[in-house]
Amino acid sequence: MSKIPFPAPPLDSAEVLALRTEFRAFLDQHLGHRTPRQRSDNWYGFSREFSLEMGKAGYLGMTWPSQYGGHERSAYERYVVVEESLAYGAPVGAHWIADRQSGPSIIKFGTDEQKERILPRIAAGELAFGIGMSEPDSGSDLAATRTKAVRDGDLYRVTGTKVWTSFAHEADYVILFCRTSGTPADRHMGTSQLLVDLKNTPGLTIKPIIDLAGQHHFNEMHFEDAAVPAANLLGQEGDGWNQVMSELAFERSGPERFLSSIELMYQLIAVLQGREDEAALATIGRLTAQLAVLRRLSRSVAAMLQNKQDAGLQAAIVKDVGAVWEQTLPDFARQLVDAEPDPRTAAAYAGVLANIVHNAPSWSLRGGTREILRGIIARGLGTR
Amino acid sequence: MLAEMIERLFERSLGEAGQAAAREGRWLDALWAEASEMGLPLALLSEEQGGFGLSAAEQGEALILLGKLAVPLPLAETMGANRLLAMAGLPLADGPAGLARADHLTLENGMLSGRVERVAWGENLDCLALAVGDTLYRVPRSAWQVAETGAAMNFHPRPVLELSWEADAIAPLPHCPLAEGATLRAHQIAGAIEAALDMTLEHTATRIQFGKPLQKNQVVQHELAKLAGELACATAAAGLAAEALDRGDLLGVAAGSLRAREAAGNAAAIATQMHGAIGFTREHALHLFTTSLWSWRDEFGGQVFWAKLLGRAAVDAGESGYWPMVTTL
Repeated sequence: MSKIPFPAPPLDSAEVLALRTEFRAFLDQHLGHRTPRQRSDNWYGFSREFSLEMGKAGYLGMTWPSQYGGHERSAYERYVVVEESLAYGAPVGAHWIADRQSGPSIIKFGTDEQKERILPRIAAGELAFGIGMSEPDSGSDLAATRTKAVRDGDLYRVTGTKVWTSFAHEADYVILFCRTSGTPADRHMGTSQLLVDLKNTPGLTIKPIIDLAGQHHFNEMHFEDAAVPAANLLGQEGDGWNQVMSELAFERSGPERFLSSIELMYQLIAVLQGREDEAALATIGRLTAQLAVLRRLSRSVAAMLQNKQDAGLQAAIVKDVGAVWEQTLPDFARQLVDAEPDPRTAAAYAGVLANIVHNAPSWSLRGGTREILRGIIARGLGTR
Repeated sequence: MLAEMIERLFERSLGEAGQAAAREGRWLDALWAEASEMGLPLALLSEEQGGFGLSAAEQGEALILLGKLAVPLPLAETMGANRLLAMAGLPLADGPAGLARADHLTLENGMLSGRVERVAWGENLDCLALAVGDTLYRVPRSAWQVAETGAAMNFHPRPVLELSWEADAIAPLPHCPLAEGATLRAHQIAGAIEAALDMTLEHTATRIQFGKPLQKNQVVQHELAKLAGELACATAAAGLAAEALDRGDLLGVAAGSLRAREAAGNAAAIATQMHGAIGFTREHALHLFTTSLWSWRDEFGGQVFWAKLLGRAAVDAGESGYWPMVTTL
């Protein structure tokens, strides 16, 4: 009764195997020169140039209708491209959010004009998106959002602050979750989503938030009576909560939820070459088994999305279990290899370990904290 | 549906008394007869092999149910033994069968002899599907004596058999009985975790402490979520192992088996903790599942055996070959 079903995932057909091979060659061609340390940035890497190449080769907007620049391929084919990108440590930041969640949200809720204006440029790799959800006083509790948008003729006047917006300083747009009526006490009611042009919005200022590793990908976006065209309302005014939940379902379902530290696994294996250490072999075997099963669960989610099934609960499980895998990998590595991690070194192992240890804490925070996800799963089991 | 038939059979004919008898090592002859009558020993065979030609999904579901119902018979082993025997072109078992690998046996002047360790219900079997090297033997019951008694963590018999047999039913080995057994056990583990989760949900919904059901506590909810994660992993692991076994990929079997073994321990710990002291007793049925999980996770090649097999392949694949290897599992 309680079992949360995961359908058997599709097997790699001849076409899918060909796509995998073709895409691996594409990655080698464009990114073969990058160092392990660079690859270990995983989806925090940002390269306009690479995203344009992805777009040119038809690897963005893969499942979207061709009229919007999409390629009408299956959810599983997109899955293959996404997981191979991450496994390679490709710098996907300039198309990541747009391809994963902003584009699909626009397809689902956008006007024809918005679709024609924005989707083909995402599919071409030209438009980078950020996420406009969290606020200083509204992180996990998204419904407490305070950023306010007031209709003023052809405009919305937006006031408020958003935080943790990855690449807001580089990106072109965010989908802003905000309140168009009422107060935070109204919770889900009265919220909406607006498409905000980050380069052309008077009254918007963007400030860096430097993370503990000294890196700048987070930002604070401050809106002060900022003017957003009313034509940029996404979906229905007042329906923001349902829309943002749908966006989060896109956000939580992918293989990025367990591959963040994969470069450390490669470097660990490199270090273990030639060592006859049976305990190390057993540990690597166990970690590999966990990874293979996570992949299977994640591919099940892709199959469910392909069949237009609601996979919110399954995605929460994959993200919860997956974040444990990617976060605990450095601890397993530290039990096998003595090395002082060094964020400044050119040495592959110590440099990658440092980058992973610095960044790992964020993996059970972003996209829904571990605690939020476990609450979602428990509710799905029928508790409360 | 086979699944519904299995559920009905064991709900009707296997009660607490049957479980208690099996824990004392008593063979449930009537229950076996009913299961056999239904054709369950043939569940993994194609129609050409004399089975029902079930889909992979239906086979998996049936095996999972054997775990979910804590069936105290070597049914999974018999299904697996029959699959091996059928693939090898040897006669099927006429009753309950065992699955084993014993490479240290000696073959002299046509006599196969030596000890076969810890065979489930070894005293009560009709025959053994036994691998020695690349050879599969169909060993009849008359060929062995019980040399030592032994029991699994759920107290079902695991005797050591002393074999002395003029080998006659021989064929090339289709696939390793350890891989077959590990795949069966992965399914049973997934089934037992499912039962443990159901019981834990029920218990935490009905047990009132401090004026509210246990389940109202967030800390309890989070443990339930983790248990659901272990169930998802174990079920996916079983499916992964079954597909790998089907294409003859030992590494895939290793991956699926390992993750299921790990889930067994994790899930048993959470379920017992969430039940409180009652989960530590024989008064509550949870123990049928926890003790079975502690049995099954160490059988048919241990955790270390499979982990080293997979780990060796992973390290040999090297820095740039690791990911491509993972995508074949």
